[in-house]
Amino acid sequence: MPERIIIVGAGPAGTRAARILAEAGLATVLLDEAAGNGGQIYRRQPPGFRRPYAALYGTEAGKAERLHAALDGFGGLIDHRTDTLVWSLDGRRLMLNTAGRADSLDFDRLILATGAMDRVIPLPGWTLPGVFALGGAQVALKHQACAVGAKTCFVGSSPLLPYVAYQYARAGAGVAGVVDTTPRSAKLGALPDLLAVPGVTARGLTYMAWLARHGIRYWHGATPLRVEGGEHVTALVFRTAGGAERRIDCDAVALGYGLKCEHQLADLAGCAFRFDSPTRQWVVAQDDAGRTSVDGLYVAGDGALIRGADAAELAGERAALALLADLGRPVDAARVAQIGRHLARIDRQRRGMDKAFAYPNHLAQSLADDVILCRCEAVTVGEVRRAVTEQGADDINRAKAFCRVGMGRCQGRVCGPAAADVVAAALGRPIEAAGRLRGQAPVKPVPVAVLAQAELGETQSA
Amino acid sequence: MTGSDKVDVAIIGGGTAGCAAALELRRRGLSVALFERRTVGSQASGVNYGGVRQQGRDPAELPLSRRSRPIWDRLPALVGHDCEFMATGHLKLAYTPEQMAELEAWSAMAAEQGVETRLMGANALAEAYPGLITNAYGGSLCPTDGQANPRLVAPAFARAARRAGAAIHEHEAVTGATRDAAGFRIETERGTRILAQSLINVAGAWADHVARWFGEFAPIQVLAPNMLVSEPVPYRLPVNIGVCGAGLYVRQIPRGNLIFGGGKGWADREAIRARPLVEVSCQASAQLARTLPWAANAAVIRSWTGIEGYFDDDIPVIGLSETTPGLVHAFGFSGHGFQLGPAIGEIVSELVVEGKTTTPIDAFSIRRFARAGHQAA
Ligand SMILES: Cc1cc2nc3c(=O)[nH]c(=O)nc-3n(C[C@H](O)[C@H](O)[C@H](O)COP(=O)(O)OP(=O)(O)OC[C@H]3O[C@@H](n4cnc5c(N)ncnc54)[C@H](O)[C@@H]3O)c2cc1C
Ligand SMILES: Cc1cc2nc3c(=O)[nH]c(=O)nc-3n(C[C@H](O)[C@H](O)[C@H](O)COP(=O)(O)OP(=O)(O)OC[C@H]3O[C@@H](n4cnc5c(N)ncnc54)[C@H](O)[C@@H]3O)c2cc1C
Repeated sequence: MPERIIIVGAGPAGTRAARILAEAGLATVLLDEAAGNGGQIYRRQPPGFRRPYAALYGTEAGKAERLHAALDGFGGLIDHRTDTLVWSLDGRRLMLNTAGRADSLDFDRLILATGAMDRVIPLPGWTLPGVFALGGAQVALKHQACAVGAKTCFVGSSPLLPYVAYQYARAGAGVAGVVDTTPRSAKLGALPDLLAVPGVTARGLTYMAWLARHGIRYWHGATPLRVEGGEHVTALVFRTAGGAERRIDCDAVALGYGLKCEHQLADLAGCAFRFDSPTRQWVVAQDDAGRTSVDGLYVAGDGALIRGADAAELAGERAALALLADLGRPVDAARVAQIGRHLARIDRQRRGMDKAFAYPNHLAQSLADDVILCRCEAVTVGEVRRAVTEQGADDINRAKAFCRVGMGRCQGRVCGPAAADVVAAALGRPIEAAGRLRGQAPVKPVPVAVLAQAELGETQSA
Repeated sequence: MTGSDKVDVAIIGGGTAGCAAALELRRRGLSVALFERRTVGSQASGVNYGGVRQQGRDPAELPLSRRSRPIWDRLPALVGHDCEFMATGHLKLAYTPEQMAELEAWSAMAAEQGVETRLMGANALAEAYPGLITNAYGGSLCPTDGQANPRLVAPAFARAARRAGAAIHEHEAVTGATRDAAGFRIETERGTRILAQSLINVAGAWADHVARWFGEFAPIQVLAPNMLVSEPVPYRLPVNIGVCGAGLYVRQIPRGNLIFGGGKGWADREAIRARPLVEVSCQASAQLARTLPWAANAAVIRSWTGIEGYFDDDIPVIGLSETTPGLVHAFGFSGHGFQLGPAIGEIVSELVVEGKTTTPIDAFSIRRFARAGHQAA
């Protein structure tokens, strides 16, 4: 019997992996909870929308079009199942929820290409209506063609910060200002690394220059203090690098501190993890081809390591080649080497990005006690601190057990990083010493009725 | 801790039983050192369902359970936290006349021991819980039962014990213990050696290892009850529910989450690892949807399990060692030792100090396994 190969995630990484395996004549099942392939960056527009590629994807239109077409003609080998959430991994079995229908699939080899999500750091007022994650604000604009506000303030530390502000302004949506927590000097210091991939860096500089030309203020080295508003956001207050307090009137805030890997399925599979210092987060331990510590399980793309869409495609291909090699199939050594060189260049540039848009651990660590940290469970920063100082929690999971931080609907996806910072600071130890929130099934909520249906024998195997 | 310290009592295991014992022994003025391999309450005591029930217990266990029950009311005074205990009552549902007959028989037995229950037919259920419970044949409500937050209980006892002067050592497993004329010589993974006059074995699913050090055998079976929790939904379920036969149990906390379980997950006690099993989670969900149809639309957000020691006869080992003076066992609570924990603390303390307890525990002697012909292999 041929090996059963499954790929989770049909973004750049998963799509490329499926394509490479299909070209080698191997059948795969490609699962994604979205309605079409493309992933985050090349996300398809909703049904009924017919905007052209150039309008939707800008400079990346060509890549988007190629990726969307990458599966065409391979229908016989690639079983692409859309609207299919993989909610658990149990040994060699995946549990699926296909638009409310439960199913399970067994695999011999698995490529996890599950992408990333916004990383946020709470601040006073962040639970007010009108505060959005940066990526979410971009999705609203790009794919639903609507801005999150008439005058949006962009706050955080991320290469997406100038980019999304630019996209908003270009689309005619009001931009109240950009408040970037990384100092200008750090960006200059990062330039040598950034120039490893000059095209990407040049694009970034273009966006900043465009914003400046159009009178949109960009503050470097700022410290966000609070979001103000009664029923809805009315202003963002921050301290400038020079120490002055400033207030920007706005009706929406887009907040983002880079991305964090979505790796819950790898966690359930028992993969080893390591702390990645440059991106200040835990990642799945992997070799340079994406092999994890679990036999037959590979990771690729932003779910493996945050390094952008181009790298995601390359990493998807690299993992597929590793899988082929592990099956004893021939692989093109020259291509493997070429991918390696290309990824090394991107990694160097990412090192620059990680300095130019550094993750400011100290912001979460210095939050006041009364700020809500975990939105789902309404847990304050002070409650998390007390779980450490009064109840003796010695890591993030213990703090979760005591005060419910990260225990709600999102399972700590949103508050997890900031909560770990608060715990680490309260322990007086480095952030990695706070540990990482353990993944638990289901990786996203699944209705009781769907689970119940799985029990009634309606499951099938590939 | 370094060198060779002396204490009156050493405790192996920082679950509810061990932490409650540490507090009680300090109240009685004895010096105490408790050793816990991980963190207090990180095993069964911290991850269980949170059911605080007398209903359905073996007649032999009911006196223990009755003794424990009022301590739950006193938690704020005793440990400085209510641990979210609420006397919501426990309702056991029957779906057939045979199941109802079992409930009636238990109810009569319990009444003799002073535990009141209210037997309800289908109509009474419909009246008391309109729209909540469908298709049940009848049920038995034990109004004094309830529920609590398991994550808080053992740590609260441990903090209180520490405040009272107990030495609570976390991340420190006991690797061996022997007894000679001077007392128990205990050694830990950190190389600590202490000498204790008495030793309490409350090491949960691992306690048979400790018993073995003293030539005693207890056929523990390791099982892992499979648990799930939903997102918050409007608060409707004012009572903790158990279902005859099916094995489903479900409760709702005031913030809205439904906590439910049934069936067993996977556990490896030597690796100290356990995980829920998807198939079992699905079965429990199906039972929940049948029992409380209104709960079917709630989304499950998390599942988990924990490592628990069971005996075939479904009751624990509690009592003095048969081989070694000064050694006290209390383990193998077979899936229902959370409610008992506070009383176990008192009882093992009485056994240490007085050599006997006022609560009948003969049925729990480790001797029963020797009699059954088990061999210490
Ligand atoms: C909100 C957001 C905005 C971004 N904007 C930009 C931008 O403007 N420019 C830029 O260069 N980069 C941007 N990025 C980064 C870029 O999207 C990624 O670098 C790139 O998409 C990575 O590709 P990938 O294949 O690794 O993951 P993704 O493209 O994220 O694809 C992962 C896929 O996996 C699916 N998936 C995940 N988990 C499951 C599961 N359990 N079951 C089923 N399916 C699952 C998802 O639905 C998704 O389609 C953005 C990222 C985010 C999160
Ligand atoms: C998922 C689940 C649901 C349950 N639901 C309920 C319920 O609703 N109601 C109820 O009454 N009961 C319930 N139970 C049972 C109840 O949780 C247990 O019976 C009870 O918590 C046992 O407490 P304990 O202190 O004896 O054991 P534990 O809590 O297991 O504590 C024993 C401790 O000993 C430590 N240890 C072991 N060996 C060593 C060593 N050599 N050195 C140092 N430390 C050691 C372990 O690390 C552990 O922390 C449930 C159990 C589980 C797992």
